[in-house]
Amino acid sequence: MDAPTNPWRDAFEAFKASDAAQMGASARDAAFARFDAHGMPSKRDEYWKYTPVRDVTPETPVPANNAADAFADVDAYRFVFVDGHLDAARSDRDALAKVADVAGEKGAPWMDGVFNALQAKPIIGAQQQVERPFADLNLALFSDGLAVRIPAGAALDKPIHLRYEGNRPAHLRLEMLVEKGASATLLESGAGALTTGAEVVVEDGATLNHLRAQTEVADKQFTALYAKIGAEAQFKTFTLAADGALIRNETQITMAGENGNGHIAAGVMGRGKALIDNTVYISHEAAHCESRQVVKNVMDDESKAVFQGKIYVKKDAQKTDGYQISQSVLLSEGAEFNAKPELEIYADDVMCSHGSTTGALDETALFYLRSRGVPLKEAEAMLVAAFVDEAILEIADEGLQNIIRKAVDAWMAERAAG
Amino acid sequence: MLKIENLHCQLEDDADTKILKGVDLKVEAGKVHAIMGPNGSGKSTLSYVLSGRDGYEVTDGSATLLGEDILDMEPDERAAAGLFLAFQYPVEIPGVGNMIFLRTALNAQRKARGEEEMGAPEFLKLVREKAKELDISPDMMKRPVNVGFSGGEKKRNEILQMSLLQPKLCILDETDSGLDVDAMKLVSKGVNALRDEGRGFLVITHYQRLLDHIKPDVVHIMAAGRIVQTGGPELALEVEKNGYADILGAAA
Repeated sequence: MDAPTNPWRDAFEAFKASDAAQMGASARDAAFARFDAHGMPSKRDEYWKYTPVRDVTPETPVPANNAADAFADVDAYRFVFVDGHLDAARSDRDALAKVADVAGEKGAPWMDGVFNALQAKPIIGAQQQVERPFADLNLALFSDGLAVRIPAGAALDKPIHLRYEGNRPAHLRLEMLVEKGASATLLESGAGALTTGAEVVVEDGATLNHLRAQTEVADKQFTALYAKIGAEAQFKTFTLAADGALIRNETQITMAGENGNGHIAAGVMGRGKALIDNTVYISHEAAHCESRQVVKNVMDDESKAVFQGKIYVKKDAQKTDGYQISQSVLLSEGAEFNAKPELEIYADDVMCSHGSTTGALDETALFYLRSRGVPLKEAEAMLVAAFVDEAILEIADEGLQNIIRKAVDAWMAERAAG
Repeated sequence: MLKIENLHCQLEDDADTKILKGVDLKVEAGKVHAIMGPNGSGKSTLSYVLSGRDGYEVTDGSATLLGEDILDMEPDERAAAGLFLAFQYPVEIPGVGNMIFLRTALNAQRKARGEEEMGAPEFLKLVREKAKELDISPDMMKRPVNVGFSGGEKKRNEILQMSLLQPKLCILDETDSGLDVDAMKLVSKGVNALRDEGRGFLVITHYQRLLDHIKPDVVHIMAAGRIVQTGGPELALEVEKNGYADILGAAA
């Protein structure tokens, strides 16, 4: 009998021969070896209990639904990837290169402390054995992406927008260094990536705001984001995920310098049989840092939301302020929310809290609105918008907040139209 | 205007708990009817059944507003048809701005009636004018609906909604509860300003004192799910003086 085929190994072997695979070849080999040692996780793996991925193959299609690109009207440095490769004609590489350091195919010296530096690091605390199949597959297989350094003190004049299009199940990568005192905004949208991987280093006193719209993903998308936050630095990330059949967003943040801020927020809108998973690990390694996690799920039909959030505080990370809240509104009886909050604390002078709630929309509030003439669907939309807004308010920029609000309203309007 | 005949209701999930047991009541346009009665007599339930709150099942009888059967309507349809309930406990809605709420409600009703929606400038002007009359600060208008409002502010916000929405029939459910004398005067002034030939009022209260400020044309006494006595304003004074025991004893 033939040995069982391993489609991911075949895909990696085939990919290795390509030009795109030459950059970071040894890191790719190591990443694939990590993946291959365990393969796709099953329900028995602790952080994959609620999210079935065994059937995900290299040929998994990445169809888009009919939602518009949430960031189409934002003036940005656009990087459009089609079927896994940059479409130079529709991209602003040259313009960005005038204000920032955009690395070429061979990489750049500054990437040494970024590329594979965060992802290869052992995972914190008791989670050293956690499987990161999609992060590792992304590193092994990425065919293109962006590597950019924002020079010290520079405030990027407009956001960088990574746009994923096409039908191929692509793997795309971001490497980013925001140097001391610099600031930048990063946007992501589109269905044309099966996996995305990002490593970002936010140096002392720097600011990075990240906003991801997963409103066009009709089937699957797996993202992995690693961020290292320096002293007095600030990193905010927000994701709006809607409707995908299977979406998993993993975020791992290391608070590496004193007085750093790391905020992770998400709005999740699910219908049909959507499954949307946000998994977050925050490691406090320096004193006086603040981390916040705010996740709001709105689940209809038979959709499922998963939230796994861990706050890990090392012995020396005194005066850590860690906060986590995950809440779900279930719009139908078939909808489901699985939450797994975790705290692991080795410092003795910290303030850490977490909370999680699940329930229907407030009946008395609904009746109050309706008694004033607001029809049921519209009343529900008002309450849902208010519910999700607590996460949206975590976005730094008001204009971007409004873009996300519009997407939430559009989702509810579509639901009302039935 | 409002015509209730032989209205019976029970709790939806407990058929043994019968609350209204044959209510007959007519409120004419231009008139203020008061309903008084001891705790548990069914006064508030009557207001909920009329406005369409979930949890009650009407088992017999009818209720019409301007000739239209309202019991089959959704709560928002009843509002568009002209019914307004001022809540005993106005609901706090975090995250929904008061202004947006008022404008959405007003325009939803207009749309339901086939009228043109009101534009932002016109609405702003109208709401400022009405809010000023009720001593409602611009800050209160900016806050989420009823969140952080005092008891008096919540009741004034109810009356503000009433004066913006211009309903045909206003039901006031224990609007005096939790109000000090000054707040009660302010609220009553707001209600009295809305009294006119085309509008009916049903004022539910425990106490005579609200009726000193909102003078009723007709007073009903409700007990054990029925109207047991109907009279003029003097009936309220009698309750104030002797309590319900005498009246209920006489009615029994």
